[in-house]
Amino acid sequence: MKYLDEYRDGKIARGIVAELTRRAARPWVLMEICGGQTHTLMRYGIDEMLPAGIELVHGPGCPVCVTSLETIDKAIAIASRPDVTLISFGDMLRVPGSHSDLFQVKAQGGDVRIVYSPTEAVKFAGANPGRKVVFFAVGFETTAPANAMAVWQAKRQGVTNFSLLASHVLVPPAMRALLSSGRNRVQGFIGPGHVCTVMGYHEYDELALEFHVPIVVGGFEPLDLLEAILMLVTQLEEGRAEVENQYVRSVTYQGNLHARKILAEVFEVCDRKWRGIGAIPKSGLSLRQEYAEFDADRLFGTAAITAEEPAECISAEVLQGLKKPTDCSAFGTRCTPENPLGAPMVSSEGACAAYYRYRRFAAAAKASD
Amino acid sequence: MPQETKLDLAFHCPMPIAATDSILLGHGSGGRMSANLLRDILLPALQNPVLNRLDDQAIVDVGGSRIAFTTDSFVVKPLFFPGGDIGTLAVNGTVNDLAMGGAQPLFLSLALILEEGLPFDTLRRVLESIRVAAAIAGVTVVTGDTKVVEKGSGDGLFVNTSGIGLVSSALQLSADQARPGDRVLLSGTIGDHGITILSQRDGLEFESAIASDTAALHTLVFAMLRASSEIRCLRDPTRGGVSSSLNEIAAKARVGIELDEQAIPIREEVQGACEMLGLDPLYVANEGKLLAIVAPTAAERILEAMQLHPLGRNARIIGTVSDAHPAMVTLRTRLRTSRIVDLLSGDQLPRIC
Repeated sequence: MKYLDEYRDGKIARGIVAELTRRAARPWVLMEICGGQTHTLMRYGIDEMLPAGIELVHGPGCPVCVTSLETIDKAIAIASRPDVTLISFGDMLRVPGSHSDLFQVKAQGGDVRIVYSPTEAVKFAGANPGRKVVFFAVGFETTAPANAMAVWQAKRQGVTNFSLLASHVLVPPAMRALLSSGRNRVQGFIGPGHVCTVMGYHEYDELALEFHVPIVVGGFEPLDLLEAILMLVTQLEEGRAEVENQYVRSVTYQGNLHARKILAEVFEVCDRKWRGIGAIPKSGLSLRQEYAEFDADRLFGTAAITAEEPAECISAEVLQGLKKPTDCSAFGTRCTPENPLGAPMVSSEGACAAYYRYRRFAAAAKASD
Repeated sequence: MPQETKLDLAFHCPMPIAATDSILLGHGSGGRMSANLLRDILLPALQNPVLNRLDDQAIVDVGGSRIAFTTDSFVVKPLFFPGGDIGTLAVNGTVNDLAMGGAQPLFLSLALILEEGLPFDTLRRVLESIRVAAAIAGVTVVTGDTKVVEKGSGDGLFVNTSGIGLVSSALQLSADQARPGDRVLLSGTIGDHGITILSQRDGLEFESAIASDTAALHTLVFAMLRASSEIRCLRDPTRGGVSSSLNEIAAKARVGIELDEQAIPIREEVQGACEMLGLDPLYVANEGKLLAIVAPTAAERILEAMQLHPLGRNARIIGTVSDAHPAMVTLRTRLRTSRIVDLLSGDQLPRIC
């Protein structure tokens, strides 16, 4: 298929790996930020192709995984109301809250629906004035502009039965948190290509400079990732720590100015709790005061819901690259995609779920050696 | 100094939630949840040697004849879609379950669950489709039933068909017959039906030129059997897709199955839609395709016979049965690395970004 096959070419991939092997004189630990990138790495077995010294650590950029337990509990509480239609992206429905998930709410008669675009939810609200329509707005900077646009449209069109349960998260503060940790091992980052398509990559200069860490904004196809890894290793071997852009067919330095404008119009930065990580200052987006009438958390009185996340799994170590998913004693036994113990097993883009889905057999082979 | 955070102290994970005690949509996905429902609830209640084989049809001896018997319910939304409707699916689906046992399909039953308010016109259109599909497949609807449920208790129309066919006495097609060295054949492009249905769903509509592949496959099966009797087992990869059918075979026969990604035929429109929605076409439903596990020496002959049949023109050899990784399906990627093709837990869900 045109524009895809070119980025999945095995011969070119092996060429990049050969060049990487030539350039990598020392071992390096690299992190891909995005869950989508983790998914591609596992799906194509790219980590198998890399020279032995290059280690990949799988970052926190899976929006489904990092949505806090209490946010899921709020969505479940709202969706359980008979007057509410809760509309969500598909993969949020399976995510376990404290006691239930949205699929179970649906099974018990809750009106829970899936859309691909949040503006569809505004249309649905307009067509069903008797329902309170709540859109479950999660995700990074990537999904935030479309959600902002939905609220903006609802306000302009006077759709008063539409609201947003917003729990957006931001990448740069999470990278700062990882880099600030005393146990950080990451020496270079593959930056989040979709997030940077919206935001540009000017925000990352400060991180590269402050922590002397190279950041290469990367795409999501196999050759994108291999090229980004090559660019990172080249910088590391030459002692450079710059922000570079591999994903030039999509990302510019300033990003999508229209998208950034609507974001700034509707949302403001706030502190945010991340599932499996904890509270990170200034790492989220919430509705501005001017749009408070669209804030489902306020409308349904769920602001008081909190949830404790008791320490159970090793996601802390996984997200910092201190351990691999397969190092966990619960991996594939007590912790599976059907019954996830922790955040990285929740969505197919979480590191543990990606290992479970694509690479369990490597672990099985190791065990039988 | 970089700003300090509480990161090291704050990494937490939630406790698992209790397993569900009621039916979820995922139990109907054809994936692991469906398999668990069979294993934990249905088989313990009803088990017997015929049922326990869990092939697409039961084959029983009646007065010296080998009878293939199967049943299937159809709950598709929307009822009408490009390439067919719930009526064509109901005929072809049951005919194909019989055909995968090598049977000549003969008779169907038809049970309709009608929701209050369903327009007669809709019902007439579906019945006409059933008439045409049965005529094409050479089967006769010989018995039936209708029930009406209150508005809100059904999706307009649910259809159940059961089917009976005759199997030649020499034939033994079953998942446990697969053995290392066998080849895996696929009769054509994957994902056409599932993506067609998805493109018509509320909230996900997108324009596409794809049509459902719904078709009766028994004449293709006979063409294959004429080419060689060395066919171990046949499956039509409906819900759960190619991956679920092959995982079933691998588990039943305790063999590994290795697929070659580049050999699997897929239409550009289907691949494009899957890329856009974040779906893997190996898990998307087909309604007019079959998978065959065949002896290595017979593979080329059977492949030729398939390619000469109108429903097998795009047939390919897509993999090999091996003794590595028993009960597991793996895929050789175009980068020449290897990965698992797992049984999914529930339905595939369009992802966030």
